[in-house]
Amino acid sequence: MRTVLGYLRPFVRRVTAGVAIKFTAAILELALPLLLARIIDVHVPAGDMDAIWRTGGMMTLLAFSAAFCNITANRMAAWASMEITRELRHDLYSRVERLSCAQMDRFSVSSLVSRLTNDTYHVHQMFDKIQRGGIRAPMLVLGGMVLTFLQEPVLALVQLAVCVLTFFTIWAVTRRGIPRYAKAQTAVDAVVRIIRENASGVRVIKALACQEQERARFETANASARRAEEDAGCTMAAANPLTGFFLNTGLVLVVAVGAVRVQEGQMAAGQIVAFLSYFTLIQNATLGMAKIFVKISKGIASARRIEEILQAPADQTVRPSDAVSEAELGMEQVSFSYLGVEKELTGADFTLQKGEMLGILGTTGSGKTTLVSLLLRLYDAGEGVVWVGGRDAASLSREDLRGRFGVVFQNEALLHDSVYENISFLRGLSREEVTAAAKTAQAWDFIQELPDGLDTQLDIRGANLSGGQRQRLLIARALAAKPEILVLDSADSALDYRTAAALHEAIRRDHPGVTLVVISERIASLWEADRILVLEDGVITAQGTHAYLMESCGRYRRMAELQMGGAAT
Amino acid sequence: MRTELFRRLARFLRPYAVQLAVLPVLLVVTNLLALAAPLLSGWAVDAVGVEAGKVDFPGVFRNCGGMLACYGLSALLNYIVATRLLRVGQGVSHDLRKAAFDRMSELPVEYFDTHPAGDLISRICYDVDTVNATISTDLLQIGTSVLTVAGSFMMLLLISPRLTLVFFVTVPLSAVLTRFQMKRVHPLFRRRSKKLGALNGFAEERIDRQRAIRTYGVEEADLRQFETYNREASEAYYQADRASAALGPSVNFINNVSLAAISMFGAVMYLGGGLSLGSLSSFVLYSRKFSGPIREAANLLSELQASAAAAERVLDLLDEQPEAGDRPDAVPADHFQGDITFDRVEFGYDPSRPVLKGFTARIKAGSLAAVVGPTGAGKTTLVSLLLRFYEPQGGSITIDGVPVGRYSRDGLRRRLALVLQDTWLFGGTIAENIAYGAPGATREQIVEAAKAARIHRFITSLPDGYDTVLTDGGAGISKGQRQLLAIARCLLTDADIVILDEATSNVDTETEGEISLAMEHLRQGRTCFVIAHRLATVRNADCILVLDQGGVAEQGTHGELLEAGGIYAALYAAQWG
Repeated sequence: MRTVLGYLRPFVRRVTAGVAIKFTAAILELALPLLLARIIDVHVPAGDMDAIWRTGGMMTLLAFSAAFCNITANRMAAWASMEITRELRHDLYSRVERLSCAQMDRFSVSSLVSRLTNDTYHVHQMFDKIQRGGIRAPMLVLGGMVLTFLQEPVLALVQLAVCVLTFFTIWAVTRRGIPRYAKAQTAVDAVVRIIRENASGVRVIKALACQEQERARFETANASARRAEEDAGCTMAAANPLTGFFLNTGLVLVVAVGAVRVQEGQMAAGQIVAFLSYFTLIQNATLGMAKIFVKISKGIASARRIEEILQAPADQTVRPSDAVSEAELGMEQVSFSYLGVEKELTGADFTLQKGEMLGILGTTGSGKTTLVSLLLRLYDAGEGVVWVGGRDAASLSREDLRGRFGVVFQNEALLHDSVYENISFLRGLSREEVTAAAKTAQAWDFIQELPDGLDTQLDIRGANLSGGQRQRLLIARALAAKPEILVLDSADSALDYRTAAALHEAIRRDHPGVTLVVISERIASLWEADRILVLEDGVITAQGTHAYLMESCGRYRRMAELQMGGAAT
Repeated sequence: MRTELFRRLARFLRPYAVQLAVLPVLLVVTNLLALAAPLLSGWAVDAVGVEAGKVDFPGVFRNCGGMLACYGLSALLNYIVATRLLRVGQGVSHDLRKAAFDRMSELPVEYFDTHPAGDLISRICYDVDTVNATISTDLLQIGTSVLTVAGSFMMLLLISPRLTLVFFVTVPLSAVLTRFQMKRVHPLFRRRSKKLGALNGFAEERIDRQRAIRTYGVEEADLRQFETYNREASEAYYQADRASAALGPSVNFINNVSLAAISMFGAVMYLGGGLSLGSLSSFVLYSRKFSGPIREAANLLSELQASAAAAERVLDLLDEQPEAGDRPDAVPADHFQGDITFDRVEFGYDPSRPVLKGFTARIKAGSLAAVVGPTGAGKTTLVSLLLRFYEPQGGSITIDGVPVGRYSRDGLRRRLALVLQDTWLFGGTIAENIAYGAPGATREQIVEAAKAARIHRFITSLPDGYDTVLTDGGAGISKGQRQLLAIARCLLTDADIVILDEATSNVDTETEGEISLAMEHLRQGRTCFVIAHRLATVRNADCILVLDQGGVAEQGTHGELLEAGGIYAALYAAQWG
């Protein structure tokens, strides 16, 4: 909670000012009945018409000032809560961007989305409600207490006891409410997840006519969200009746204790009546408090969920190292395990010189993509050294490391933005650069035929393009900033062979000197590589040129023969 | 418009009508108890008397006991009312979420191509939550306020109808003022919900693309874009808050002014002899009883606005046009022979840019048809039309001589088994993912299918095997593995027509060879429709359709097409380099 509260700090002055104004408004409103009493008790019996008009005018003025103060204070409160939330959301998103991939996997995208949207909203509500509605009631309680202490300390002690009890109740109830709201928020994560899955999987779900099943799945999450919220809400619902009851018990005690005191001649009966009216005033003020408790508990639960992200430790630090290698890219006895899968990669060892091409071939699930993830330091290798640009990848800063790469991942999706922005990809590249990259990626022809060319808006995930067109835009994106190292992970799987061949030729022509890493199921895309790695269950079983492997690696030869139908031998 | 919104929402409140009807009764009782207590306290004070040493203790304690009982009972009833309302609120939210999702699952695929998932999340979570807050807490407060105000108002009428005239000026005045302000504020609240939806839409997409964003090191630019949405959403939120900040205080102002007016006019009336001092005093007391609840209720006005706007967004989703349903004379589609005919089919996602132009082809029952052609030629579109994701703009598609539009939609889709380029996995166990589309499958069948699809070994290498829960749509599972899972999924269905759209594009040739037996088995007795680039996959087809320029450029068997020396032959040559 402390971290989120810290966001209040820059606004302490404004919030204090707003609270002070709200306070003033409350005092002004409290003064109204006093003036009213004066009219009826003093001026009316005296028949002083002038004074009546004067006091009446005064009341109107006070009412106007109170309204003015309230509006101003409400606006200031709204502004401060908005700024705090904006700042918090900004920092949260910024932190999400810097989470390591392992952390992202652990938190899951749905939960991150939910924290960024639903949880920041609850925190917003909490700050807003405290500032707007949380001032009057405590003020009246405290003020009433001071007044009563001045008048009759013994009865005030009764009140104090009741107040202590009330606060304890609030504390106890809230303490039980917060973890329940945290649970409710987790239940909402599941709702978010299923909505996301249905949006992205709509074609498959419909093709399998599984809408009914999806509805059932959603219903499970929906019902558990309902249960969790009900549980939390019912816990919190006890706060108001309980505090009301305690305050009222105080009232009864005042009468009883007062009776004893009157009996002993220590006070006048009239004072009991005065006390009772204060109490009523205080009670009126607590009417809206129940809601504030709810908002606070929800807010605290959400704040904790947000802090979980904000405080996630940086688990991928730069580890300075002077070690150098002659290789542009390489691995030295690298092993890696993930998701509890035995070993995704074991003892990987290879080197590649600048400007060379590396091909990676392997059966499905043999660790090809893992190898690339390690080169990009998306994950840290468990053992061994990864060389990038002749340096230990772990010793390079994020910018230095990743600025060198252009990558096409196999499961990447396009942005819901223009073709241009999808290629430029937030790097602010010129239209010439984007056009050149599109040409190399064999995408220019179809881009030109789009209604607005480069400025055509793509649907979500680029749904208005064919699979091959999408792939070519991703390749253009990877090429656009003229990377030193280009990684194509199954980037041509949706391309026909002719286009794929033209693509590879264009890359060699337009990007001479680029170090190329190609993962493909197609031997045709790999056979010109200076070095081809054959991966099997996370182990590099063979490496060398096409010719070498054809000769020495039975598996490679078999694959080539299967694909080429004997044409390659 | 407000009444219209209520009418639309009423359908969700109706199931809880009984519970909602009980609540006013409980509320009245609670308030009566709360009113009785002060009466008792008055008697208790009377019992105390004014003289020391003469306190009537039994009287005091009797009345104190009565007070305690009243308060205790009132607290209990209060709790019951509050929790009841909370349950109603949760029930309504649950039903709203369900209705929204049910509608969402009926929407055509293009809806999801143009509406970000984040916006849907925002509607189903945030907007529903806002409506819920109103039902669970605001209603209670409003109910209590209305009761107190109505009760006090009756008392006022009894005491002095003439003085009550003041309220006949001020109450309509506040009503008009409120209405006027609400009108002005309403679009701002709509905008606030919408901008929040846009922010969520952006965030959802970008968090899902974090790997690419990191790889290109564009976090800064991404954050800047996020900040634009963040700023806009915050700004819209603030604008609505700012504009509605006056709602509560202005109602209070009028309320307070009417207090002043009453005291002044009351004084005039008293001096004119039209009112006794006692009446004036109690009149003022009762009008003071007004102000507390009115103030609290007035502060809720802006929240009611927020939830009205939120409710509209949820209801708008419910009003979205669903996918074309079944015709009344729909054919049930129990079993297909598998004769597929495309007859001069015209289609374009954007009608000005046709993808298919007079596409005509016939696939015989039980045959293996392959579609090849350059990317973007419309291969996947054929599949989408066959599945009725879209309706052709011209021509017809028939299965067994019946246009696909005549079949029951879900029936048709159940008869087609499909493996797409991008495999979709959901956040359940691997076994559930494989059995998706075949809910009755036993564990043995699932394992058998996984073995046939050559994915069994990978699954058993996972810590929990078939019970491993996939997070984030199966992050960490490669595309090839996904395709194998999809094939396993397909093997479990009993469809009559099998459609493989680049089903093995990311599977290595060796594995592809290994699963060919399973595929062979899958194809047996079924019509099979294969889209592939790898010509090895296509070679054995009974008929190869070469797609180009929106129509069939060539067709025939592998041998025939090679001999013809057209596009196919050129593609073939490119593959062999």
